[in-house]
Amino acid sequence: MKSAVITFPGSNCDRDMDVALKKFGFKNKMVWHQDIELPKSDLVVLPGGFSYGDYLRCGSMASKSKIMQSVINFANSGGMVMGICNGFQILVETGLVPGVLLRNKYLEFICKNVFVKVNDKDSAYFKNIKNDVLELHIAHNEGNYFCTNDQLKEIEDNAQVAINYCNNEGKIEKSFNPNGSIKNIAGIFNKEKNVLGMMPHPERMIDPSLSGEDGSLFFKNLINNIK
Amino acid sequence: MKISVIITLKKDVLDPQGKVIHQALDGMGFDDVNEVRQGKYFEIDTKETDPQKAKNKVEEMCKKLLANLVIENYKIINAQ
Repeated sequence: MKSAVITFPGSNCDRDMDVALKKFGFKNKMVWHQDIELPKSDLVVLPGGFSYGDYLRCGSMASKSKIMQSVINFANSGGMVMGICNGFQILVETGLVPGVLLRNKYLEFICKNVFVKVNDKDSAYFKNIKNDVLELHIAHNEGNYFCTNDQLKEIEDNAQVAINYCNNEGKIEKSFNPNGSIKNIAGIFNKEKNVLGMMPHPERMIDPSLSGEDGSLFFKNLINNIK
Repeated sequence: MKISVIITLKKDVLDPQGKVIHQALDGMGFDDVNEVRQGKYFEIDTKETDPQKAKNKVEEMCKKLLANLVIENYKIINAQ
């Protein structure tokens, strides 16, 4: 299985993602944001970081970079595109997934482990995943998911909410919402569910000596689903 | 030609920064403030000399990059 990770100026989780993808069997290529063509890939990842210094709005400038037209075409033709953290912010700025990510409600940069409830068991990202609740890491200043009421209705009607912040038992309540996101939303799909944006970093949870292993579950399952 | 643009958050969008500024003002004794909303201001110096054309271009810039229309409104305030 082939994957591609896009590096923007200011990306800083691109190499972690490369390590994670390779660890679980992907043949990964790093792609520079000024490239025009994507290499042949089964999965394209927009990594975390601070592309363009988070200037103007997080992800806004990266969403207009040269490679993104190819990424958008790839997504529109059904290709799997996953945006993590800043990658999620870039995805919302392209319009591939609905909504926006605002400044965290309490104005703090949040860096901690959280639990997320997997709502979706149909998409290629989460199909067959054993656990309903995953412990993943978040590190962001703008992760407060927001959309209009009309968009929210559409997202919910189409079951586009991929994961919600919850407690270790999978309870989705306000007190387990780290950043003020509407309905504890931590990750969403596009309508077709081939594009996934999420704030938590699965690539940070793949090494039992450093972290939990719920990221490993995610990647193992992901490559099996794509095969 | 210089054109100015003001970007403001839409009414229903939470503005935590504006809220904190409001609280700070309150603490400083400016206790008659109802609300503070923070926005952005741009000055764009363009080679275009025709005011209407320049304004149209800036409007396109607003829609494509400067503002995110899900949460923000833009206003071109000064074309001269």
